[in-house]
Amino acid sequence: MCTVCGCGEGETRIEGHDHEDHSHGHDHSHRHPHSHEHEHDHHHYGQGPARAHAPGMDQQRMVQIEQDILGKNDRYASGNRQWFADHGILALNLVSSPGSGKTTLLTATLDALAGELPLAVIEGDQETSNDADRIRATGAPALQINTGKGCHLDAHMVGHAVESLEPAEGSVLFIENVGNLVCPAAFDLGEAHKVAILSVTEGEDKPIKYPDMFLAADLIILNKIDLLPYLQFDVAKCLEYAHRVKPGVQILQLSATSGEGMENWLQWIRMTRQTRLIGHPALQPQSAAVPA
Amino acid sequence: MHEMAISESIVQIIEEQAQTQSFSSVKTVWLEIGRFAGIEIEALRFTFDVVSRNSVAEGSLLEIIEIPGSAWCMECGKNVDIQQRFDPCPECGSFQVQVSGGDGMRIKELEVN
Repeated sequence: MCTVCGCGEGETRIEGHDHEDHSHGHDHSHRHPHSHEHEHDHHHYGQGPARAHAPGMDQQRMVQIEQDILGKNDRYASGNRQWFADHGILALNLVSSPGSGKTTLLTATLDALAGELPLAVIEGDQETSNDADRIRATGAPALQINTGKGCHLDAHMVGHAVESLEPAEGSVLFIENVGNLVCPAAFDLGEAHKVAILSVTEGEDKPIKYPDMFLAADLIILNKIDLLPYLQFDVAKCLEYAHRVKPGVQILQLSATSGEGMENWLQWIRMTRQTRLIGHPALQPQSAAVPA
Repeated sequence: MHEMAISESIVQIIEEQAQTQSFSSVKTVWLEIGRFAGIEIEALRFTFDVVSRNSVAEGSLLEIIEIPGSAWCMECGKNVDIQQRFDPCPECGSFQVQVSGGDGMRIKELEVN
């Protein structure tokens, strides 16, 4: 990461966030072509004189660090979380493998909730702004983050994206992570909940194949259930696997295309937002709109 | 390949420490990596080598202390060792186990010049 501002590996592009402004005055070594000769000689690591150090014997010394490697991301995430709380924003981090129907689910959700709740979207993809364009077509403000070679969003990128996007007070902010069931599990973005989306066109054993992600999720959506008649997908088995990884996790079955089960998801969003906003002024206009 | 981002964070922490603790090069880096931290050790070694170039950590030896997975079984109330996150309790077979160790990763110490 950049030591000036903590930016990622220099490949990340956030719409409306001009990285040139940072004037990174240093050359990131990882940007040169990787030397593959290394693949053949890296076995020397770990075979050295492990722990054969004796402090005070020479000029070398030991420095105790005891630092969490993801500590920096976690600090950014904590800053984001505070900002979301202050602004009454329910941030949901949508994670799944590519092709699970995340963006379709999101556009259907935005269409259904438009006019009812303030909405905003941060889209993460390695390349293209296709998804943000699809989202903007629904009328919701959306901002694309291209991670370049990166396989996940991190809290720092999201912080910058939020600065540019400026979601309204009381918004539901959907953060659509890069399609990847591995890496995004490790990176807290400051969201209220991770929502894992799994579609019935995938294997029912995904929850135990990628347990980290399903463990990190507070809600699992089983999508594309309209296709079940044509597939060999064992729903009961899938639910059992999910509960094995995370006992008691809530699972909603729906089809973003046919609309079946969508109301449960919308209701989950409404209720979660209400719970999140208890005591926050952003909830007041909503209740004031209800005739006494 | 989030090992690249992890390696970048490691190098960044070392660079910050180099400033505050006044050292100019690093000989060895000891990392504690939990079994459930989601890190592929070989990928971490490879990316660390690439990312640490032109930093104080260039050429340093990466020593990895693997932290085994442990969990607390809610059924039998014992601390047990588990190999994978979704493993049942080896004592009673219950899946109501809560991971209690092996899910973190941190830099433990450095040998510096």
